[in-house]
Amino acid sequence: MMNPVQPKPCTILDVHKESAHEWTFRVETDMKVDHGQFMQLSIPKIGECPISVSAQGDGWLEFTIRNVGKVTNVIFEKTAGDTMFLRGPYGKGWPVDQFKGKHVVIITGGTGLAPVRSMLNLFASQPDMVKSVHLISGFKNEDGIVFHKELEAWKERFSTIYALDNDTKDGWRTGMVTAFVKEIPWDSFGGDYAVVVVGPPPMMKFTGLELLKNGVDVEKIWMSFERKMSCAVGKCGHCRIDETYVCLDGPVFPYTIARDLVD
Amino acid sequence: MGYTLNRQQADALLAALSKDYTVYAPKRFLNQGRYSATDVIRYAEVERFEDIVWQTKSDYPAKEVLTPIQQALFYFTEDEYRESKGPKKPILILARPCDINAQHIQAKIYAGNGGYTDLYYERVREMVKFAMMECCGGDDTCFCVSMGTNKTSDYSLAFKFSDDGVQVQVTDNAFASYFGDLPQTDYTPSFVEENELKVTVPDLSDKEVRKALKSHPMWQEFNSRCISCGACTVACSTCTCFTTRDVIYGDNPEVGERRRVTSSCQIAGFDQMAGQREFRSTAADRMRYKVLHKFHDYKARFGDSHMCVGCGRCTHRCPELISISATVNKVSAAVNEIKAGLAQK
Ligand SMILES: Cc1cc2nc3c(=O)[nH]c(=O)nc-3n(C[C@H](O)[C@H](O)[C@H](O)COP(=O)(O)OP(=O)(O)OC[C@H]3O[C@@H](n4cnc5c(N)ncnc54)[C@H](O)[C@@H]3O)c2cc1C
Ligand code: SF4
Ligand code: SF4
Ligand code: FES
Repeated sequence: MMNPVQPKPCTILDVHKESAHEWTFRVETDMKVDHGQFMQLSIPKIGECPISVSAQGDGWLEFTIRNVGKVTNVIFEKTAGDTMFLRGPYGKGWPVDQFKGKHVVIITGGTGLAPVRSMLNLFASQPDMVKSVHLISGFKNEDGIVFHKELEAWKERFSTIYALDNDTKDGWRTGMVTAFVKEIPWDSFGGDYAVVVVGPPPMMKFTGLELLKNGVDVEKIWMSFERKMSCAVGKCGHCRIDETYVCLDGPVFPYTIARDLVD
Repeated sequence: MGYTLNRQQADALLAALSKDYTVYAPKRFLNQGRYSATDVIRYAEVERFEDIVWQTKSDYPAKEVLTPIQQALFYFTEDEYRESKGPKKPILILARPCDINAQHIQAKIYAGNGGYTDLYYERVREMVKFAMMECCGGDDTCFCVSMGTNKTSDYSLAFKFSDDGVQVQVTDNAFASYFGDLPQTDYTPSFVEENELKVTVPDLSDKEVRKALKSHPMWQEFNSRCISCGACTVACSTCTCFTTRDVIYGDNPEVGERRRVTSSCQIAGFDQMAGQREFRSTAADRMRYKVLHKFHDYKARFGDSHMCVGCGRCTHRCPELISISATVNKVSAAVNEIKAGLAQK
């Protein structure tokens, strides 16, 4: 019998410090994942936790991790050559096929950029896939900025608005991401667009409301959720909201479903 | 096939079955109850006829055989997770219809949800056969008839116990040999047809009604009554939730096991993620979450039945005397009020 929660050992190839508390770990594996899916990372003696795949390539996956607790703190002690255990991939990622040929608007708060990073890189490397990409990325302050190199590179390919909540920075705006929603040229899209929102729960809530205020079609908005997870395979119950399991039916949800989920 | 066994013959049957099966039944544990000088009745291996408690409902459900309070998933060293081993010997569980029906409910989650089959559940479930204990009527917390779980045909043997012995029906030929040349008698089990308690599950199919119900003041009562101890979900025949944690063996810090431990949506922190606020931070929120799962959400996902089998164990175990049937009736009243309000709009 196949065991869907069996962790497999993988070698860490590289550790890249994005910011003081957010590091990207590149891990050797042949596993193929959909953009927006997540995996369970395991450290024997400590436990496991769900982490989004933030980039993928030939023979490797990347995870961008914030050290906030037991498992993530120990992952931060690992260096290239060390072993980390993986199982997955799990969940439903971004419906990339539905985004093809459309104007894509991506709005992220903080490390919410991680679960869309691999899709952004896909659009950057295959510009014909979509009509345009508009990216609004907000961070609390300068210390919280991740993926510095990619943010610069995306400026060349996409229409970007980068912002810090309260601080100022050259070439960056100041304010919450919600403040910039009205600057997206919605009218020029001819209805042919899709919107992706990822960030902390309050950010997603207020961004959703702001989008509706700007006349954005509720059916064209997508969000990615994070909930407590122990199993990632629909057994432990921790991630359940109503009849929905975030680990199985999500983490990516159409807004029409996401807005009705009451924890 | 039916047989009538006296106590001695029943003991001999149990001894013969025990050679081929690990036999589990409700058993009394003296002085281990909640209050001093009270007992607790829970599932355990039985070897003698008199060990089987058939006169009253067990405090804890049969699910503990299939989904124990804790179990090892993996044994690990620095560089390997090795799967724990399942049972080698087939299992026979003596259970009332509610407990047997509860396994069909647990199986929907463990052996189906999302297309993933839980190895730890399935490897035990495959080994299990049920011997149905004819229910002698339950108690004043039972409402199986309301939930449609008073009957089952999922059993290999049926038992009707009395002080003198046991009547047996054999429905699975694999068990015929245990009765050898005993004279056949007529016995067909009967099922409870009416409980003292009756519960009407409200119709929650309307999204607007459900939304209004979630913020209805009825839940506030539980902020002062429910102490969020989780006793109700541990005793529940169908609750499945667990948390995994790694434990290190004391004498060698490099080896240990990944363990699955029963957890409860009624306890604070069940939905808490590192560095985030809790989504359900009050006893009222958590009670609403549990009750709606049992009486709406599970059925909305899996179809044929509600998640509650009406065993009443949660009511029986609650230290604050919170009754699930009374709570469902309060939900019904709230739903009627909400529907009347919506109709006026
Ligand atoms: C779909 C999804 C995608 C995510 N993507 C990312 C991402 O890309 N980057 C990122 O940084 N974060 C991400 N997260 C959040 C991340 O999963 C959490 O920050 C992480 O789980 C924190 O784990 P921790 O062990 O460090 O924290 P803690 O909360 O300290 O620890 C939780 C762990 O400790 C165990 N535990 C809890 N209590 C006890 C106890 N009493 N005894 C023993 N063990 C106990 C738990 O079983 C668990 O393993 C994502 C979450 C989800 C759901
Ligand atoms: S909710 Fe209560 S009555 Fe229903 S199955 Fe669980 S313990 Fe039994
Ligand atoms: S309902 Fe009763 S048993 Fe359940 S958590 Fe509340 S106080 Fe404990
Ligand atoms: S994480 Fe266990 S059910 Fe979703």
